[in-house]
Amino acid sequence: MSGIRAGADLRPGHLVLLRAPCNLAAMSSPAAPSPVQPSLLELFRAFAIVSLSGFGGALPWARRMIVERKRWMTAEEFAEAFALSQFLPGPNVINFSVVFGARFGGAPGAAVALAGLLGPPLIIVLVLAMLYARFGDLEMLSRILAGMTAAAVGLLIAMVGKMAAPIFLRRWNSAPLVAIAAFIGVAILGWPLPYVFLGLAPISIALAWFKR
Amino acid sequence: MNQSPLPALFGYFALLSLFAVGGANAAIPEMHRIAVDVMHWMNDRQFADTFAIAQVSPGPNVIIVTLIGYHVAGFLGAAVATIGMCGPTCVLAFFVARTWDRFKDAPWRIAIQGGLVPVSLGLIGASAFVLARTSDHNIYAGLLTAVTAVVAFATRVNPLWLFVGGGLLGLSGVI
Repeated sequence: MSGIRAGADLRPGHLVLLRAPCNLAAMSSPAAPSPVQPSLLELFRAFAIVSLSGFGGALPWARRMIVERKRWMTAEEFAEAFALSQFLPGPNVINFSVVFGARFGGAPGAAVALAGLLGPPLIIVLVLAMLYARFGDLEMLSRILAGMTAAAVGLLIAMVGKMAAPIFLRRWNSAPLVAIAAFIGVAILGWPLPYVFLGLAPISIALAWFKR
Repeated sequence: MNQSPLPALFGYFALLSLFAVGGANAAIPEMHRIAVDVMHWMNDRQFADTFAIAQVSPGPNVIIVTLIGYHVAGFLGAAVATIGMCGPTCVLAFFVARTWDRFKDAPWRIAIQGGLVPVSLGLIGASAFVLARTSDHNIYAGLLTAVTAVVAFATRVNPLWLFVGGGLLGLSGVI
């Protein structure tokens, strides 16, 4: 097993990005789990910290915690688990907590990781919701929120820009057309998401299949 | 409105979660359509405020669902909406995680994942558009959105500062 996890010997060091090439098949088999086995309490704490440190998406923080700080997964294993989380429907980082927790602790592990990820933010957001219900009509608060919303929309646009750049700048292919069609269906025509998804996803997947 | 809104809350969000490729941010127009246009749970301003609160709060973006649920039916509504949005997909994730190794290199899996990327890009783009239309009521708000977008795209500044800046500009009465 030491051959699989060459990086494990470097544990005290901080530069863990340069890992020896790993044997993917051996690494991902359930018989070769990572040498560091987190307890349920550690799982909960790690995901609680991740959830509280990230604004606008927790995934970069999850990566930092799991790969760089705790060494529970290699970069490749993390990428695999993340790919699965993206592949599944629903919120990505929620899926990730379940996938990760299940791998290390079965059903209790999944439940604990999910509770760590969702619990603390839920408490905070419910306090904010109560304050909003009480003071939401205050002129001052609604002005502050209007400014924050405008900034939040700007952040979302920046995120779209970052996602779009690699897709739109590539040599001409069908992906931009699919993205534009999804945009028009939802934003301009106001169609329900399930219809747009069921109409476009099969076409887009077929295009990706034939492009292989 | 004698009927309890809880079944509708659960049903809409459970259905929504299955089509939300690209996370909660991709599903915002659909949440807006249902919460404001179809069910009349909240108005445009309340929806925009809800989005801002969810973005400013630490944690996954999906907690916007919790806020909508709380607005509709208090703590019970918050719980039901959150469970609806996360429950079914978590169960699915749990069971797929066990068999994932068998098909992670399958060509159909790669095609599905590649095919879904542009769909989720279009959906998140639509979210940005719908939110801008809902919340940017004057030229200054639109300008703030544009400037924030450029700054966030071109630099690595912590988003928190952009929220603080936006909030201060709002407080000063410019927006």
